[in-house]
Amino acid sequence: MGAIQNQLSPPVTDELSLVQAAKRGDDSAFEELVRRYDRNVFRIAQHITQNREDAEDVVQEAFLKAYSNLAQFQEQSKFYTWLVRIAVNEALMKLRRRKPERTVSLDEEIKTEDDSLPREIADWSPNPEQQYTQAELREILSKTIQGLPPGFRTVFVLRDVEGLSTEETASALELSVPAVKSRLLRARLQLRDRLGRYFQKRESGDGNR
Amino acid sequence: MKCSEFLQELTNYLDGVLDEKTKVELENHLSWCHNCYVVCDTTKKTIEIYRDSQLYELPEDLRSRLRSAIMTKCQQQKKRGPQSVG
Repeated sequence: MGAIQNQLSPPVTDELSLVQAAKRGDDSAFEELVRRYDRNVFRIAQHITQNREDAEDVVQEAFLKAYSNLAQFQEQSKFYTWLVRIAVNEALMKLRRRKPERTVSLDEEIKTEDDSLPREIADWSPNPEQQYTQAELREILSKTIQGLPPGFRTVFVLRDVEGLSTEETASALELSVPAVKSRLLRARLQLRDRLGRYFQKRESGDGNR
Repeated sequence: MKCSEFLQELTNYLDGVLDEKTKVELENHLSWCHNCYVVCDTTKKTIEIYRDSQLYELPEDLRSRLRSAIMTKCQQQKKRGPQSVG
């Protein structure tokens, strides 16, 4: 399938070449970058804003901003990491506008003293996701991650959903590596805790241990 | 290794970036501490479930609408002239 396409034209495939072509004014190269990352930007934006319309706006604004500021992009980091940084900032701005009563920041002070083991340690059933339909599962996952503070869910999404490295996440969010690691741990544990309500092993008569 | 130490290392362990010595200690801890074993296993599942969830996929029709809107705006911007920031 891919082999046939490859015979037709040798497309510019690596990110840096596309960026350099876009910088020289080749809009089709920029469009290829949009095509390459629009899904990721949309997912990240919707995870942060929790709102579909806002996420659509963020996709447009982030790419437009990247386009306008392409000359300033230094090529020392990956274009994608740079784009993610722009998108996260746009998404946080949307969130602030929507929830002005609460300060929304990635730097919000997060308490660290409750670093003990999670309280509920009930095991899950072997294939918990199969207890639900796809739609139910999405609803559960979406509701659960919405309960996390924005600073936690952003780190989780970049690291665990989008697969950025710890260093890339730190760079995209302008956080230190230890800060990313600590937020990631908390995000993972909180999600685990909350998902446990849906995925716990159901044993009759085994309420407490 | 104590349970609290296990928790400190959990993220590094799941990300596969733990040094060999700590990894052996952690796995030794998991072999007898059921609670930590469960936490480790279900945290791993949590990550996998989210990673595989396809939550917030961008539908193709919306995707192409967004893309053409982006490209139109980019071209309008280009016509308006070069950047003010140097």
